[in-house]
Amino acid sequence: MMQEAARPDETREILLSVDNVSLSFGGIKAIQEVSFDIRRGEIRAIIGPNGAGKTSMLNVINGFYHPQDGIITFKGQERRRMLPSFAARQGIARTFQNVALFTGMSTLDNIMTGRVPRLEKGLLGEIGQILLQAVYLGPAQRSEMDQRKLVEEIIDFLEIQHIRRTPVGRLPYGLQKRVELGRALAMEPELLLLDEPMAGMNLEEKEDMSRFILDVNDHYGTTIALIEHDMGVVMDLSDRVVVLEYGRLIADGTPEVVQANQAVMDAYLGVPHD
Amino acid sequence: MSAGKFGPQADGDSFPKLLVRNASELAGRPAIREKDLGIWQSWSWDQVLDEVRRLALGMQALGLGRGDKIAIVGDNRPRLYWTFVAAQSLGAIPVPVYQDSVAEEMAYVLEHAEAHFAMVEDQEQVDKLLQISETVECIRHIIYDDPRGLRDYEGGHLHSFTAVQKLGEEAMAGDAGLEERWLAGINETKGSDISVILYTSGTTGRPKGVVLSHDNVLITARDAGEFEKLGPDEEVLAYLPMAWVGDHIFSYGQSYTSGFCVSCPESPETMLQDLREIGPTYFFAPPRIFENILTTVMIRMEDAAALKRRLFHYFLKVARRAGEPILNGEPVGLKDRLLYGLGAVLVYGPLKNTLGLSRVRIGYTAGEAIGPEIFSFYRSLGVNLKQLYGQTEASVFVTVQPNGEIHADTVGKPAPGVEISIADNGEVLYRGPGVFAHYYKNEEATRETKTEEGWVHSGDAGFIDDRGHLKIIDRAKDVGKLNNGAIFAPKYIENKLKFYPNIKEAVAFGDQRDMCTVFLNIDLAAVGSWAERNNVPYGSYQELAANPEVYGMIEAHVDEVNKSLAGEPRVSGSQIHRFLILHKELDADDGELTRTRKVRRKFIAERYEPLVKALYDGSTETHIETEVTFEDGRKGSLSADITICDMQTYEPPVSMEAAQ
Repeated sequence: MMQEAARPDETREILLSVDNVSLSFGGIKAIQEVSFDIRRGEIRAIIGPNGAGKTSMLNVINGFYHPQDGIITFKGQERRRMLPSFAARQGIARTFQNVALFTGMSTLDNIMTGRVPRLEKGLLGEIGQILLQAVYLGPAQRSEMDQRKLVEEIIDFLEIQHIRRTPVGRLPYGLQKRVELGRALAMEPELLLLDEPMAGMNLEEKEDMSRFILDVNDHYGTTIALIEHDMGVVMDLSDRVVVLEYGRLIADGTPEVVQANQAVMDAYLGVPHD
Repeated sequence: MSAGKFGPQADGDSFPKLLVRNASELAGRPAIREKDLGIWQSWSWDQVLDEVRRLALGMQALGLGRGDKIAIVGDNRPRLYWTFVAAQSLGAIPVPVYQDSVAEEMAYVLEHAEAHFAMVEDQEQVDKLLQISETVECIRHIIYDDPRGLRDYEGGHLHSFTAVQKLGEEAMAGDAGLEERWLAGINETKGSDISVILYTSGTTGRPKGVVLSHDNVLITARDAGEFEKLGPDEEVLAYLPMAWVGDHIFSYGQSYTSGFCVSCPESPETMLQDLREIGPTYFFAPPRIFENILTTVMIRMEDAAALKRRLFHYFLKVARRAGEPILNGEPVGLKDRLLYGLGAVLVYGPLKNTLGLSRVRIGYTAGEAIGPEIFSFYRSLGVNLKQLYGQTEASVFVTVQPNGEIHADTVGKPAPGVEISIADNGEVLYRGPGVFAHYYKNEEATRETKTEEGWVHSGDAGFIDDRGHLKIIDRAKDVGKLNNGAIFAPKYIENKLKFYPNIKEAVAFGDQRDMCTVFLNIDLAAVGSWAERNNVPYGSYQELAANPEVYGMIEAHVDEVNKSLAGEPRVSGSQIHRFLILHKELDADDGELTRTRKVRRKFIAERYEPLVKALYDGSTETHIETEVTFEDGRKGSLSADITICDMQTYEPPVSMEAAQ
């Protein structure tokens, strides 16, 4: 790989910041007073042992959970409560820890669904648009062709032309993950959240996926926040790493800094009882 | 213009001249197609001329000139095909290189060919070439087709395809007479000029550069096209490696001589879908592709609903009985004819459509022997599949089966203009218009292969049967003798074994030994599907290969082969006494197969020496440790305990022996 250059630095604009966010379910404190930021164009990893609150953190970012406390600022706008659909429209896309695709639909159709939040409503409004789509006339046809072109570019980018028409339920897991990434990309997100993109993959699939993540970041300039358990992958891919343990932030910095941090080592390796 | 007028008598003794001719005579007709972003994009002959002109002049501006070599590396892409003719228009020589060769192999070819230019498909190949140019200094300019991932690459010697074409446009804008001079240069190219250097994958030693003239490729392509009555209306799918002579003749040579359109698949993985969309009328595939397709069909039919499965098997029986005679124009009873007609509607038609073979008028297969059952299967469905025998040194065509004279066990009669003779040691010699000029920078090999009179030693042993057809038994040098003096033709035995769908590869030993023994590779798709149906759990190839039930199944196949060998007096001594199933699949990356998937018997014997030893020392189990190369070039090791299975052999029938 020849892309050592062009790493985001301190001067980059902050795309999203999380200030003192706390989230609890009844008596269980999932996230406690966590603060960090994500800069435009970087690959940001969130790591931590099981139950550290990583997925909860992603769910807070894309509006699925509503923190009891704290402030989230996205593109300079502070927000407290929002719906996931609104987050999607604002430019946040995500993939899931367990693949969440429409298994009976083809790869192409699954990725096309990613275009829905981006569809122009035009003068006729939503209902009018649906009617136009149904008869496939005029602007609807043009719009469909434009959407399809963008989706085809993603299919080409992810090298999944051969499964374009295959129902995703019949695909192996590694390819399903790639389709899910494709659907998230179809939203043309500014911030892409990946929840364990490599879980359950073999070495070759992990290498492919790593390359695609780097390519997405490089080619589309998409900011990426990812949760991952494979430390090799995390350290290779990310510019900065946030480490959570029991809902608290215990370290934040470049991979080298985080790796050398005593608290992180303790969290992962355990503290000797002596 | 009409299709009939176009063709052999038309002028042009070099490919650039043919391009100019096609651009005017076939203007507006498609020349080449590529599926991009899910849509087939085509270029007409006149558009191709325009693309080629800008490309050629751009490369000229970079310094490509007469006698320079340009390496072409990548999957089948229109821009890569245009590079051939663009280079030829400048008097430069294209050298296509196998796109899947590892950096080391590629470095050898580039250095040997002294290629200063390279036209490559994408980042993967650029990376490979950059790695090569650290040690080999010959490459001065790399031009790439697909810019993806190459944004951050730097260096004055890296150019995108469009940037080079732009250079060409600028050169034309700055020099009014340039285009005229380019066309004049094309007029000066002649048939005896070198048109291409093709490196043979080589079963032994370093690859050799086969130098072919325009005459070689062009006359062969034209004669063979005339023989099969090819015209501008054919549809062809270009999916085989561009570095292979077959693709060069079928997708480049004959496209230019006959004027038909060639379609490039979207990606290697989509080939079968693209085949279906294009519906080629003229189709070449090596036996292994026909085998793979058949295996896939059979596996899918096993999973089909009961009614479909019964229909399929019933009508397949009808086809086996009546299909081939109908295709050959022989008399067939009314009942079978009607049943075959019904089968065509219910089974054969839909099946051929699914496979993309509905429109095939001429199907060729070559390279290896094809299983008689596989061959008959396609023919009985009404696909006019024929065998041919060819070599890079002959610009493909040595023999080909004429329509109506198709036999599963021969490779046909001499191709137009080709003469054949058999040497005393059984080796096939040939002479004809396609015979190569010489091996590049290798006079010794040229002298060994080609006589003063132009006869080429094919290296294959064979004979002409009483129908006048050539029959190939094996590589001449591989035909050996058992210690008891009986003839030993390893490939003959291996092919018999490989005709079983469960067996993917076989390697036979026996030369200067007491008995014949074999290594086998199971076919993971076929045996894996069997395992699934029979609830046999397995985690890897290695585990499945070592399974006793699998051994039992394979033993039955080997037994059948022994019975069949016993019935053939010439080879009855070569019955298989012992066999084992290898713990890993033979792989070209490990050097065990050539890039065209032929086994390198000697290399394998050395690499698995302990296993060969165990086959002959009577042991029933042995241990082996093997180094394997992964796709990214890293190495690992694999160890296994391998069971060796003893086989029963059969006495040849007495009458046969007496007859001999």
